[in-house]
Amino acid sequence: MNWTADFPILAADENGNRLVYLDSAATTQHPMQVLNAVVDYYTKENANPHRGVYELAMRATDAHEGARHTVAQFFNAEDDEIVFTQNTTESLNLVAYSYGMNFLHEGDEIVISVAEHHSNMVPWQRVAKATGAKLVYMYPGENGRLTTEELDKKITPKTKVVAVAMVSNVLGLRAPVEEIVKRAHAVGAVVVLDCAQSAPHTPVDVKKLDVDFAACSAHKLYAPMGVGALYARAGLLEKMPPFMSGGDMIGAVHESGATWADGPRKFEAGTRNVGGEVGFAAAIDYMKGIGWEAMETHEHALLDRMLAGMRAMPWLTVYGEPVAEGRYGVVSFNVNDVHPHDVATILDAGGVAVRAGHHCAQPLMEFLGIGSCCRASVAIYNTPEDVDALLENLENVRKVMGL
Amino acid sequence: MNLNELYTQIITENSRSKENRHPVEGATHSLEGVNPSCGDDITLQLRVKDGKIEDAGFIGSGCAISQASASLMIDLVKGRTVEDAHRLISLYFQMIKGKITPEELDDLEDVAALQGIAHVPARVKCAVLAWHTLEEALDGEGKTDKVTTEEEA
Repeated sequence: MNWTADFPILAADENGNRLVYLDSAATTQHPMQVLNAVVDYYTKENANPHRGVYELAMRATDAHEGARHTVAQFFNAEDDEIVFTQNTTESLNLVAYSYGMNFLHEGDEIVISVAEHHSNMVPWQRVAKATGAKLVYMYPGENGRLTTEELDKKITPKTKVVAVAMVSNVLGLRAPVEEIVKRAHAVGAVVVLDCAQSAPHTPVDVKKLDVDFAACSAHKLYAPMGVGALYARAGLLEKMPPFMSGGDMIGAVHESGATWADGPRKFEAGTRNVGGEVGFAAAIDYMKGIGWEAMETHEHALLDRMLAGMRAMPWLTVYGEPVAEGRYGVVSFNVNDVHPHDVATILDAGGVAVRAGHHCAQPLMEFLGIGSCCRASVAIYNTPEDVDALLENLENVRKVMGL
Repeated sequence: MNLNELYTQIITENSRSKENRHPVEGATHSLEGVNPSCGDDITLQLRVKDGKIEDAGFIGSGCAISQASASLMIDLVKGRTVEDAHRLISLYFQMIKGKITPEELDDLEDVAALQGIAHVPARVKCAVLAWHTLEEALDGEGKTDKVTTEEEA
């Protein structure tokens, strides 16, 4: 199967040249099915949900709540366990501020991995500073994966929160979520799962994984920017105070104070990005149409091909065990003696788009002993030819640099 | 984009050159320049005496463009007056904006090899880091501090 034709931005130009887009871990492109759903919403259903009593406003409310239902099913959660946010960053901040700031105290410990994206690290640094809780870092082993020994050492009776990425946005490796949850729950800690890089590639079944919070961004799974989701296990949202406050998140407001709306609406202050939510739901439907098995098989084959090519390049270093097993979406690497920004510029000249930089994971860069690296990431629209274009252009890098 | 115009021999060789990559003895000016988004980081040191840049050197890490730019800049300004250095800094920024006459370009000597950056907006901040750092260092009367070109992006 080839899904590339669904994505107009990836169509070949008049000269037959096509962008080789290998930066989907930063943001994905959009299929016509998603773009049409957003246009349909704005042409037929747009009004402010939960406000008007007229028919169009009802349709907008249905679109908003219908999208919530689709996202809930995507996570195997209940509708009232899903909060719409802007993105993963807001979802994680919501947990840090509404849960962390209120339920953590001096002597408590927050456990994260050094490989976390800044969005699952900086909010916890701030929570630790404000509450007196201690931030404890887990470090991956030689192959880039967290070991059970490290989990046993860091998750202790003092642990109150364990916040980890299901898949690292740099290493691309899946965290041992089941092992983490088992240990965290045994000591009464909640588990916050950053699914920004996993949700586009593999099922996130919050019931099966038994996590307490899960966060993702729609724009990394074929939907528009500006919308994301937070799953919170039933009961947690009730005990958490609001994050932002204002319109639509209230029960009643008087001069003397206010009460809060029930369920997720307590955390959805102000007018929501309903068009984005509709796109989010359409993207989930699009992915469902392809099916997880077909997606995983396709993307695994691409990563396998990429890594096989890279393993044959003695002048190139891959970060994390250079195998496709247990890896989703991402391969990070450096060409020896060439700065990643120069590599990315040279690949760009060959029509190949990759990311270069610290990937919002500076502590991981320090841990790996590098300043920055290149990252090639795949999605459903990539083809074996895209991978070959990357590998061919990589062969050119050292020559251009006069090495 | 033509890679041969961007990564000329002058640039690739100077990006690895050790010649100007050293601390300066008796430095009167020392300033760190960083591009936070891409991690380019250079510390420029100068010894200025009687209005003249007697010696200059840098230490740091970054992409070929940022490192070659720093090294070529030092080759150009070492031994010149502060006033002349300011004139060359202005010419350099003109070149990066694509607004320089052939006569002015001659004054920049080997630095003219960085002319191609004018066509690669994504890499401009790499090319100007050392020059902004030099400008700030000369203006700042030798205070040890940090400068960033992030707004350039």
